[in-house]
Amino acid sequence: MAAAIALIFFYAPVDQDGLNQKIFYFHVPIAFTAYACFGWGGWKALRHLWKGDEGADLESYVAIHLGVIFGLLTLVTGSIWARFRWGHWWEWKEDQLVLFLVLFLFYCAYFMLRYSLPAGPQRANLSAVYALFGVALIPVSVLAIRLSQRFIHPVAFNEHGTNMAASQFFTFCVALVAMLALAATMYTVELAGKRLDVHLRELREALQ
Amino acid sequence: MTYFSDVGALARKDLLLELRARDTLPAMLLFVVSTLVVFHFVLPSESSDLAATGLLWVALLFTALLGLSRSFAAEREQGVIDGLVLAPSDRSAIWLGKALSILAFLGLAEVIALPAFALFFRPISAALVGGVVLADLGIAAVGTLLAAMATASRARELLLPLLFLPLAIPIVVGGVGASVSGEPGRYLGLLGLYDALFAIICWASFEYVVTE
Repeated sequence: MAAAIALIFFYAPVDQDGLNQKIFYFHVPIAFTAYACFGWGGWKALRHLWKGDEGADLESYVAIHLGVIFGLLTLVTGSIWARFRWGHWWEWKEDQLVLFLVLFLFYCAYFMLRYSLPAGPQRANLSAVYALFGVALIPVSVLAIRLSQRFIHPVAFNEHGTNMAASQFFTFCVALVAMLALAATMYTVELAGKRLDVHLRELREALQ
Repeated sequence: MTYFSDVGALARKDLLLELRARDTLPAMLLFVVSTLVVFHFVLPSESSDLAATGLLWVALLFTALLGLSRSFAAEREQGVIDGLVLAPSDRSAIWLGKALSILAFLGLAEVIALPAFALFFRPISAALVGGVVLADLGIAAVGTLLAAMATASRARELLLPLLFLPLAIPIVVGGVGASVSGEPGRYLGLLGLYDALFAIICWASFEYVVTE
């Protein structure tokens, strides 16, 4: 992580955008990490429904929880970027931002669902089914948002800096790996904490 | 074909219940027509007809939500769902039967709503009707499963719109695109893809929603 930050600020060349382009190295890896978290949550949900794995429900929940945090960070960094790039805090033209808004709403509803159910096998099942919906929603929404640009913005939108220099690409990869490592660490810590909670509750019930 | 006769019996049960009690459908019809009247006052006079088309989709979506939030009321209040789950048939038949009855309600509501829209605002195209039909399939498939989920939770009717609206965004994109764009094929394709994908997921996962 430290290496990535060092590379971002000292190694990567400053392009014509100046310093604010640096946020790219945070924004995009955070977005990919959020996808990874949602995907992992969906995979664990599938394991729960299919194989009935013990604890897969909790793992899926923790992964989605992290995904929402990273998704929110994506929205924040993305809108800071949009502010400096286009002068607005919000840009409907930016597919990625809109997609994350949709996903963010979707996964907030996931939490609403989860918290309005009593703990137990039914909560695990319903959360898992909803998490699977989320994984199916991602590609469909990507397609839908791409298509929606045609009637909302008829003017073609130019992609920004598609071709990266080698040093930029290297920094980007390091940043991505660092972000994924950060997510994995948080996942492990959070999961250990949650498991401890569950154990504690069981012990308390056993004592009473 | 015992599976399909189960599905048919379940759908017939819902339609008969509606025919006798008349709970949902009149409410949906009245709601959709009053929404269209409200939209007349929402749109300033110089705004385009295209905006009205967009609002038609809002009206259809919320009408569907109204119907969906009542769809499992009888099952919940009278405890029918336990009986259905215990019945010796595939659980996905419950979902399919319910989705078919919802589809019938939606279709009937739109038989009134679309001519009313054409009368009040602008004529409707064949692509719009196609979009509505495909969107109904998706709404019925996803909405039925989410309504079953919401019924199981404490928040009940409150939760359904929250669960449903993010999932309905592709439907809205496809539907509005099909109704306003010059080349609706692409949008109808998106709707078809959505319907197929989510129908398969719902069909496969409904069992886990109603059992423990």
